Amino acid sequence: MTPRNLLFTATSALALACAGAAQAETFRLGTNGDLYGLDPHSMTDSFTVSFLNHVYEALVRYDADLKIEPALATGWEQIDETTVRYTLREGIKFHDGQDFSAEDVVASVKRAAHEDSPIRGNIAGLVDAKMVDDMTVDLMLDGPNPLLNNFLTNVLIFDSGWLEEHDALDPIDAQKGEEGYTTSNANGTGPFRFESRTPDAQTVLTVNGDWWDEPQHNLTRIELNPINSDATRVAAMLSGELDMIFPSPLQDAKRIESTDGMHVLEAPGLRAIMMGINMSDKSNNPNQEGNPLQKVEVRQALVHAISYDLLRDKIMRGKSRNLGGLVAPQVPGFDEGVDAIPAYDPDLARKMLADAGYPEGFSLNMNCPNDRYVNDAAICQALAAMFARVGVKVDLTAETKAIHFERARANETDMFMLGWATLPMLDGYSVLSAMLHTPGGQMGTWNPGGYSNAEVDRLTKAVATELDAEKRLEMMAEAFRIADEEVAWLPLHAQPLSWAARDAVKIPQTADDKPRLWLARIE
Amino acid sequence: MFAFLIRRIIQAALVMLVVASIAFLMFRFLGDPISNLLPEDATVQDRAEMREKMGLNDPVVVQYGRFIVDAAQGDFGQSYRNNRPVSDLLAERFPATAELVLVAASLALALGIPLGIYTALNPRGWLSQGLQVISLLGISVPTFVTGILLILVFSVSLGWLPSFGRGTVVDLGWWTTGFLTVSGLKALILPAIMLALFQMTLIMRLVRAEMLEVLRTDYIKFAKARGIPNRMLHFKYALKNTLIPVMTIFGLQLGGLIAFAIITETVFQWPGMGFLFIQAVNFTDVPVMAAYLVLVSFIFVVINTLVDLLYNVADPRLRAEKKPARGV
Repeated sequence: MTPRNLLFTATSALALACAGAAQAETFRLGTNGDLYGLDPHSMTDSFTVSFLNHVYEALVRYDADLKIEPALATGWEQIDETTVRYTLREGIKFHDGQDFSAEDVVASVKRAAHEDSPIRGNIAGLVDAKMVDDMTVDLMLDGPNPLLNNFLTNVLIFDSGWLEEHDALDPIDAQKGEEGYTTSNANGTGPFRFESRTPDAQTVLTVNGDWWDEPQHNLTRIELNPINSDATRVAAMLSGELDMIFPSPLQDAKRIESTDGMHVLEAPGLRAIMMGINMSDKSNNPNQEGNPLQKVEVRQALVHAISYDLLRDKIMRGKSRNLGGLVAPQVPGFDEGVDAIPAYDPDLARKMLADAGYPEGFSLNMNCPNDRYVNDAAICQALAAMFARVGVKVDLTAETKAIHFERARANETDMFMLGWATLPMLDGYSVLSAMLHTPGGQMGTWNPGGYSNAEVDRLTKAVATELDAEKRLEMMAEAFRIADEEVAWLPLHAQPLSWAARDAVKIPQTADDKPRLWLARIE
Repeated sequence: MFAFLIRRIIQAALVMLVVASIAFLMFRFLGDPISNLLPEDATVQDRAEMREKMGLNDPVVVQYGRFIVDAAQGDFGQSYRNNRPVSDLLAERFPATAELVLVAASLALALGIPLGIYTALNPRGWLSQGLQVISLLGISVPTFVTGILLILVFSVSLGWLPSFGRGTVVDLGWWTTGFLTVSGLKALILPAIMLALFQMTLIMRLVRAEMLEVLRTDYIKFAKARGIPNRMLHFKYALKNTLIPVMTIFGLQLGGLIAFAIITETVFQWPGMGFLFIQAVNFTDVPVMAAYLVLVSFIFVVINTLVDLLYNVADPRLRAEKKPARGV
């Protein structure tokens, strides 16, 4: 054998070895932050919960079109107004080999609803869970709840025996000062099993060959690589070290598109970006007497001062979707009429302001986060400039999210930015109850501006317990129409989702911005 | 010597107390940890309960006191973000930072000193001039820019080295090391260069300046006049005296390397302590931030103490002062 031949043989052997390795499809995902831990009941971070959903599953789940479909439960029926009965799927095994049964559901639901559980807000109204037989569970509520299944998509199910064995039946109590077993270990029923984790470096899942469902994916292994720095994450994608990154920074979309073998996945998502309005008697701007924003006419004038198209085309690089209402089209409660974008007309706005008694305009404070939403601070700068054109002087503050939301909540500003994806509820009721209902108790938790309308409050309460889907949608649309007429909030746009992947990767981009790798293929 | 150490320990305790108190005063401006811990639509009541449970309603002084008392017993509390004890987190991250700093420091010394000597001995050579220009760049270009450039060239264009992470590490039980695997070593190269670049150029310029200074002194001139060969003159007599100030500066910089590894760790997603700190800042994770700041101030004090001790060893004059003078 000549040296040349030897080299050739060696190369082909290597090529064969590589081809063999390529059969085992590893999905290398790069994200802008790590999981907070492995216990889906210990935090509300939506990325963490959605990734853990590969290991743990819930009674029901969303499909790629965000419709509810059965998962660990095969069906459900409303027994009476406050009880729903779930029939469980037979023959499911946890990753450690234990059988799945009603006991596990009861233990998990109680754990999630425990008074120390940070996610209990996600299943408000759940009073008790009872085992009927091995494969049937009754969930008791404090009233009729049309959104129960939506909530349950996020209540992931543990093995009760495993929890008991490791003293983890109660949720992790951060104040106990010790590490919960479930923070670093996982045992679910999902399509992938947990293999290893180094915080902030890598989390590895391997395929669960015994999964109950017909797998649509062809992956054998998932590697989650958190890369917080945008530039590094893009570089790692470009250098071929990753199969997909999420989110992919908007400003790098062209760079990625122009690279062979990879592309950007972009679509408007569920998150609606909007401005909250101070409606109290006093403006927070020291140069302003009273509060002009209390007048409906003033708020209506401001709508005409905003050029929605300019915001979309210049600030959002054409990737966002203008919103006339407070929810994205995928969310129940969305209404075509409400969604119509008012004409951009600064002259009309100025005239309306003059008619409302402010011919010289007025001053207001505006607050924005600078590290929470896509181009958040830039949007506010553009808004300030647009308002200035109609004589409204804006004192703009852009600061980090932890401070921004604190200020917004305390109503220390006149206009603040908020993004609302309605998750995990995925329903207009989320907006009605948190942002439009008069503040008090469980309601209006994100209505610091104090918008209040008796009819909206009445509709909100009715929507909460109406089980007839048709009627419910009509009531929601009606409430949103009132809020739109009175400009309770200033909606701007649905924020774009931006992922980037190798061309070989096939994955549905779901509007809730949660990559579902059990639907992904590498070809 | 013993008195010196005792004094230093008291000093260290004071420095750490002051750092912790400054940290606690600053945390008030970082925002509300609650907003990261509860869902966006949590009720006012939920928030109030959580706040009470976590002791955030107590005055800052009380929170500070509690932190000091617990920390004195070795308990730095529980991270809000990771739900794990802070001491575990720091212990887990320390090896990554230590290895990075070790390699960067060695690199800076191993390249900086010879280059400094070379440029001092051949001040007019074109290579020296070139190195001077490059060193100016090394000092003035911000490190995150060099980091990104390194990634662009060696990861994206050439595809030789990984752009993020620590590669495969070997767990020794009490220490995780990247020194024992190929991917671990490859992953070290770019971050170590980024971290070392500034220090290297600093050392090079320092050695050069000191060496030029020493070469002008009388004893070198006399030695030259006596006919001592150049090689011996430069490396035995001149270099030794050059290195004393270099050692002091480097010792101080080493603390800086550990503290400022934050930027390198952020650019390269290096799972070290600095990165942990940055994430804690974003999350308003007060226990982690406080513990990290206290730990870094402790490391600074330890390194400074060691440098002072070494200085004593290296400079015979300092030792001589303490001994009774021999008859002349």
